[in-house]
Amino acid sequence: MSSDPILKVEDVQVSFPVGGFGRRNSILGVAGVSFEVNRGETFALVGESGSGKTTLARAVNGLQEISAGSITFEDQRIDELDPRAMKPVRKRMSMMFQDPVGSLSPRMTVGDLVTEPFRIHGIEGRNLRDEAERLLTLVGLPTSFDSRFPHQLSGGQARRVGVARAIALDPALIIADEPTAGLDVSVQGEVLNLLNDLRERLGLAMVIITHNLHVVHHVADRTAVMYLGRFVEAGETEEVFSAPQHPYTAALLSANPEPDPDKTHDRITLPAEVPSLLARPSGCEFHTRCPWAQSQCSFDAPERHVTDERVIACHFPLAPGARPPEQKESVLS
Amino acid sequence: MAELWRPIRKILREPLGALGLFLVLFVIFGAVFADLLTSWDPTKINPRDRFQGPSANHLMGTDQLGRDLFARVLHGGRIALFVALVSTAVSLVIGIVLGLIAGYGPRWLDNLMILLFDAMKSFPTVMLALALVTLMGPSLTAVMVVVVLVTVPGYARIIRTQTIALKTSEYVTAAQSMGASSARILRVHILPNVIGPLVILASMDIPVVIGIEAGMSFLGLGVRPPTPSWGSILNDGFTNIRDTAWIAIAGGVPIIITTLGFTFLGETLRDVFDPRLKGR
Amino acid sequence: MTTLRIDNLNVSFSTEAGPLHALKNVSFDVPENRIVGIVGESGCGKSTLINAILGLLADNGSIDGGSILFEGQDELTSLPSSRMRDLRGPRIATVFQDPMGALNPVISVGKQMLNIQYRSTLSKDEKMNRAVEMLELVRIPDARAALARYPHQFSGGMKQRIAIAMALMMEPALLIADEPTTALDATLEVTTIELLKDLQQKIGCSVMFISHHLGVIAELCDDVVVMYAGEVVERGTVRQIFQDPRHPYTARLLECDPARQSERTRHLPTIPGEIPDLRARPAGCIFANRCDLVSDACSAPPPDKDIGDGHVARCIIADCPEETGVTA
Ligand SMILES: Nc1ncnc2c1ncn2[C@@H]1O[C@H](COP(=O)(O)OP(=O)(O)OP(=O)(O)O)[C@@H](O)[C@H]1O
Ligand SMILES: Nc1ncnc2c1ncn2[C@@H]1O[C@H](COP(=O)(O)OP(=O)(O)OP(=O)(O)O)[C@@H](O)[C@H]1O
Ligand code: SF4
Ligand code: SF4
Ligand SMILES: [Mg+2]
Ligand SMILES: [Mg+2]
Repeated sequence: MSSDPILKVEDVQVSFPVGGFGRRNSILGVAGVSFEVNRGETFALVGESGSGKTTLARAVNGLQEISAGSITFEDQRIDELDPRAMKPVRKRMSMMFQDPVGSLSPRMTVGDLVTEPFRIHGIEGRNLRDEAERLLTLVGLPTSFDSRFPHQLSGGQARRVGVARAIALDPALIIADEPTAGLDVSVQGEVLNLLNDLRERLGLAMVIITHNLHVVHHVADRTAVMYLGRFVEAGETEEVFSAPQHPYTAALLSANPEPDPDKTHDRITLPAEVPSLLARPSGCEFHTRCPWAQSQCSFDAPERHVTDERVIACHFPLAPGARPPEQKESVLS
Repeated sequence: MAELWRPIRKILREPLGALGLFLVLFVIFGAVFADLLTSWDPTKINPRDRFQGPSANHLMGTDQLGRDLFARVLHGGRIALFVALVSTAVSLVIGIVLGLIAGYGPRWLDNLMILLFDAMKSFPTVMLALALVTLMGPSLTAVMVVVVLVTVPGYARIIRTQTIALKTSEYVTAAQSMGASSARILRVHILPNVIGPLVILASMDIPVVIGIEAGMSFLGLGVRPPTPSWGSILNDGFTNIRDTAWIAIAGGVPIIITTLGFTFLGETLRDVFDPRLKGR
Repeated sequence: MTTLRIDNLNVSFSTEAGPLHALKNVSFDVPENRIVGIVGESGCGKSTLINAILGLLADNGSIDGGSILFEGQDELTSLPSSRMRDLRGPRIATVFQDPMGALNPVISVGKQMLNIQYRSTLSKDEKMNRAVEMLELVRIPDARAALARYPHQFSGGMKQRIAIAMALMMEPALLIADEPTTALDATLEVTTIELLKDLQQKIGCSVMFISHHLGVIAELCDDVVVMYAGEVVERGTVRQIFQDPRHPYTARLLECDPARQSERTRHLPTIPGEIPDLRARPAGCIFANRCDLVSDACSAPPPDKDIGDGHVARCIIADCPEETGVTA
């Protein structure tokens, strides 16, 4: 792996206060995460819903204060910058949000929305109308759309407006939270191909959060799997997909729905009870649901094992193609 | 043009809305064209014509000083509408600014301002009016200051609540991620989305404002004689209600018509454009 | 009995540049006790269809003809709005595309879940318990504590699951779900699909399920309706559509699914060309400008060809499978 990291995240934690029954408590939405993203690289974050992917993305973008760790972007510590100092950074790093329509200001027209970055950064000498036209064409929307309001767009059209806005200032890094949710497979292909073109032409780096494992498989160079605010496994996409070593990864990949009504799925089912962040399980935090759990797992937290190819946090990494043992009641209860 | 017609058509479809709109236009018409509708001077005293009943000459009769009541009602309407519109506009501006600051600013400032709004709100209107008049003397300005003080807390609270709701919305976060300043976020992304319901609520408050003006003038705390006001006409009427009921009627009916008109119109606006506000 | 029968429905939006025909002659049934999936290009009118059913079209939208018959008795296109309000929620529950929009940001989740039970005669505690039960069913951790929290304190997927819980709590006759699983990870998505299937069988309701995730459609649905540019171009059972697609658009759509690409590729397949301008719909086949198999005959509106067993496709060559170029 060439080492030219544009983004370096070290031991980042994010805690949220939760006011429970008079006491002030806090939960760790992100509980210590480290990774690097190289120029021109696509890094995918997958994992359980509620595992802290969006929170991590917001932390990297400075929208969410971190309670520990550090974030370095283009050789500059950005986690301690005040809003004014952060402003130039925001030109270089843009973000796409999970909710396509909800992330567009409802009383602004599409034309105003896609040129908003120019106005915020006071970029002179460009004709905003021309820019709007250029951006809309780039994302495959008719230029006549520039007078529409967000509620007059379909979900997919709103998504393209989001893409247009994210690439408006030619950023070096795009953090995309669910960039293709709500798109049909053909438009999804177009958006991903567009982002890929920009990656090739401009050396754009991307952090992409998505639940669509098929998409991850095709576009991501490396993939990290999150569970309860931590990485349980990370590595080259191809290898993680062909030989998952962490039981959660294996379960996640086996669940992926296939477009074939007659396909018989050989799924690794997980017990339903998702642990609460207020009461994290002892030992390996996955042991309450892990089909491979041994008694050691319930009190002894596995070290994060880092090699060149793989980061893995499990006492008993899986061999390729492993199937769960007969589930033992005593371990699961 | 079509953009303007659509909301009006919607209002006209509701019977109460149509009635409200008609009444409001009727009152505005009377106030605006007061000088054309009558040749009487509303302040001119005619001792010889005291307590005349309604006639072709004096459409609504005259009062204890012989002033033409029709002229006084029309000009009183001017005062009432002037107070209502100006003070509501001032309240809106102040309420919006305070509400945005409370909603978007730090927590402690919000708490402080909420305390302030509640304190203002809990102060009885009559006491407030008396206190102010003692300070400033009875005048139109005193009336408007009372109105502003009474209505601002409500407006500010609504704006605050909505601002808090929008503060965590994804499009505001998106604007933050692009580097927009707080001022820009408030102006471009929040204000346009909170102002609609407020305007509707303000239109429903206009009867209250008119009531305050009439009430204060009735008590002699508002506009000073001889300037006509519906409240002072009503007062003149009450002093002589036994023999000359028409004076009280001349002062009271316009208040009722205006109140009903604005209430119907405001409620229709609310139901048609923002049903979520119901029950506020 | 069919739960919902849509017949020749037409919907248009008035825009500055003239009327935009968002739905044109849409017909299909949602039979009792079945799950009907709707797929199609982004912007093809799926959400518009839902809004038309619910009587919630935007101000500039109007129904220009056709009928939507609910449970064989209520004609939804002409129902008085008070009666429509009674149906919405208890009889026709909806999970909207935008989970944030469906939840009120300033009211706690618990309060919102109580509010939608306003018709029920249960005590407040019982209603609370039901809410907790539903949240547990959709796998919200700490369900009881979650009731006190506000929507923005949940992740995107959690909000989506809360919206599903709220819709199912009503035990409706028809559940409409507009992309309800986009923010769920694969394990949860599968769990949610299974939950939907279970509840659907338990309550005995029909489901209209919109999704772009073809894998989910294949796994969950009994029937599939394929839409393109406001028209139903093909409908049939899930096997007919996935294994024997007859409309060229359906075939192209299935081919574009990255799940079908076994080789890893950076460049994903797409359908070249643009959807036609809905303000000036072409006289002939709506897919003609992007269709590889277009011929002169396609300049006339193609008929709905019945292929048998309820399989219908709006294409002149739908009955000659060797010509549709399908690689199923
Ligand atoms: N403002 C907040 N206050 C309290 N808790 C929060 C807040 N925002 C997020 N959380 C909690 O932090 C955890 C992580 O949330 P996050 O949105 O990062 O999840 P996610 O991985 O993006 O999930 P999804 O895939 O469903 O979008 C969740 O348990 C969520 O409830
Ligand atoms: N209020 C409106 N005014 C004008 N055009 C509209 C309005 N609402 C929707 N449209 C247009 O109608 C078409 C259908 O929109 P709709 O939201 O139904 O699509 P959809 O199938 O739900 O797409 P997606 O899968 O992307 O959500 C789109 O071209 C959209 O731009
Ligand atoms: S450490 Fe034990 S419980 Fe944790 S994932 Fe590995 S096998 Fe499962
Ligand atoms: S009718 Fe013609 S243009 Fe339309 S889908 Fe069939 S072959 Fe293609
Ligand atoms: Mg998220
Ligand atoms: Mg839609």
